[in-house]
Amino acid sequence: MVRLGRLKNGSVDVEVPIIELTDIRKSFGPVEVLKGVNLKIYPGKVSALVGDNGAGKSTLIKGLAGVQPYDSGEVLIDGTHTDLTSPKVATANGIEVVYQDLSLCENLDIVQNMFLGREELRHGTIDGGRMEREASATLQSLSVKTVKSVRQKVSSLSGGQRQTVAIARSALKKARVVILDEPTAALGVAQTAQVLDLVRRLADQGVGVLIISHNLVDVFQVCDYVNVLYLGTMVASVPVAETSNSDVIGYITGAKTYQGVSQ
Amino acid sequence: MSAGPAAQPIGSGHEGSVREQLSAYLSRVRGGEMGALPAIGGFIVLSALFTALSPFFLTRLNIANLLTQSATLMMLSIALVFVILISEIDLSAGVTGGVGMAIFILLTNFAKVPWIPALLAALVFGLLVGAFIGFFVAKVGVPSFVVTLGLFLGFQGLQLVLLGSGGVFRVETPELIAIMNNNLPVWGGWVMLAVMIVISIATGFYDRYRRTASGVPNRPILLMWGKVAALAVGFGILVALLNQNRSVSVLPIQGVPIVVPIALVILWIGTQILDRTRFGLHLYAVGGSPEAARRAGINVAGIRIAAFMICSALGIVSGVLSASRVGAVEASSGRAIVLSAVAAAVVGGVSLFGGRGRLVHAAVGALVISVIDNGLGLLRLPAGISLLVTGGVLVLAATVDAVSRHRSGGNLTRT
Repeated sequence: MVRLGRLKNGSVDVEVPIIELTDIRKSFGPVEVLKGVNLKIYPGKVSALVGDNGAGKSTLIKGLAGVQPYDSGEVLIDGTHTDLTSPKVATANGIEVVYQDLSLCENLDIVQNMFLGREELRHGTIDGGRMEREASATLQSLSVKTVKSVRQKVSSLSGGQRQTVAIARSALKKARVVILDEPTAALGVAQTAQVLDLVRRLADQGVGVLIISHNLVDVFQVCDYVNVLYLGTMVASVPVAETSNSDVIGYITGAKTYQGVSQ
Repeated sequence: MSAGPAAQPIGSGHEGSVREQLSAYLSRVRGGEMGALPAIGGFIVLSALFTALSPFFLTRLNIANLLTQSATLMMLSIALVFVILISEIDLSAGVTGGVGMAIFILLTNFAKVPWIPALLAALVFGLLVGAFIGFFVAKVGVPSFVVTLGLFLGFQGLQLVLLGSGGVFRVETPELIAIMNNNLPVWGGWVMLAVMIVISIATGFYDRYRRTASGVPNRPILLMWGKVAALAVGFGILVALLNQNRSVSVLPIQGVPIVVPIALVILWIGTQILDRTRFGLHLYAVGGSPEAARRAGINVAGIRIAAFMICSALGIVSGVLSASRVGAVEASSGRAIVLSAVAAAVVGGVSLFGGRGRLVHAAVGALVISVIDNGLGLLRLPAGISLLVTGGVLVLAATVDAVSRHRSGGNLTRT
């Protein structure tokens, strides 16, 4: 995996974004959900996507995941025009989404979940040992310490550990962009800290991370950029260091507007 | 749970001494992963009880009887595991076997087709039925309970149409009759045992070799030898008993019934498929969370259809065993047994909630149900009592399932 130098929160960089969305539009019948949205995701950076319910966050994400393609607008991946027409295309371009409900099988163990759908085979049978080693190495590279055994069943894991497994799965897939849908919504304080640490380490490995969150404390703790959607329009895209909690709340509720949307 | 130093590698559950492995196993059991343990316990308790109550229970003749009595049920409950694992049900598996045998008997007795093509025709019929059920469940979205209940009723009608009401047709294929009624020669039983031990040792070493090649630790080798020894002793005693003359008349009857190696081969192949192949793992994944499986790129509909096809095909095999034992095929074949087979799977520890259970669990469960039937029969208790006891055991087993599932899935606060 390409290692890119970690940049301190807020420092403006000159890197090429992995993903650049320009003038994205999406309508459901007469309802225009996305009205010309721009978004950039940088390698090695954590970007937040915030906005009130109905702002269009989910629609934006589903488009990136290829589940619900956009109506119009341009998607540049590494500067190349790409049509995200299906989940397969998104996955092929290294985009992974970790959904809120985690999409893990509780009856399977950590290794089986991390490799689900792309198991390593040898002589036509599952190569458990190799998968075990790779899963263990991936968890260790993310400094995951809370998991005792990679052969534990997911049903025996806590919410934070499950989120960890789900995120580690995207790292194992060598994802270049990981989109996390409310990763800390159901977690306690300690577990939230663990997951945010993990997100940071994932970005440190050069992955572009996009977090959807309602929790601005999390956003200010871990993110490099914050993007605010308001009624289908990206009203602000700013480095976290250049804004404040109350400003962001203002953008989310529409009470404030950001003049000179960056980039 | 302590965090430990940063450099501490993450374990795989294969580390540690025999003692640590055993205590880890015990804590998993206490955590709710009981598997077939309750059923094995029940089997031992019931066997001890019936041995104490009836002098005939632990005779060689009755043990052989028990094996052949339970074989049909065992095969059907093994069949059902494939669909119960994906939290579906197939109520028609029994009558599918009945219709398959009706086809077989019409082909062999009337069309004079040789028995092997006739048997293949019955198996193909089973696969088609499975594909039909799978299509309606996976593609159309009709609950499997309804589709298979419909087939359960419909196939009873089809049996009547094919065989006529009250029709009983003798099986005129000696090879088929032999399965349940003939025995291996004495040396054949010992060869069977030797093959089992060799395969068990070979797969054990093969697995260890593969893990070593991948650079991951193995469990202490003593555990493997312990399992092999348990298998050798258990089946050794069984083969030794069955190889003695168990006849009550002048004609000697001895040897392992032919159905035993057949059932063991099917059980072994099925277990290998579930444990070692991608298809097997995906079956468990679909049973655990169809949505997670779909997001992981698994062809959920394909897995479902395949599960129903395997179930119906093994339902045909169960029908073959039934026809062999009874020596005849009638219009009501396979009607009563299916619910007992579901019960056997659940009693053995296969979760009706899906995603948990193994084929051998269903086999043990079928033994428990057969022991109840057999033992109470020997005590000359009315048949009603047997059904009442079986029903009670089923509810008990389902309760254990629900409670253990709650226990292993409920402790979300553990860090």
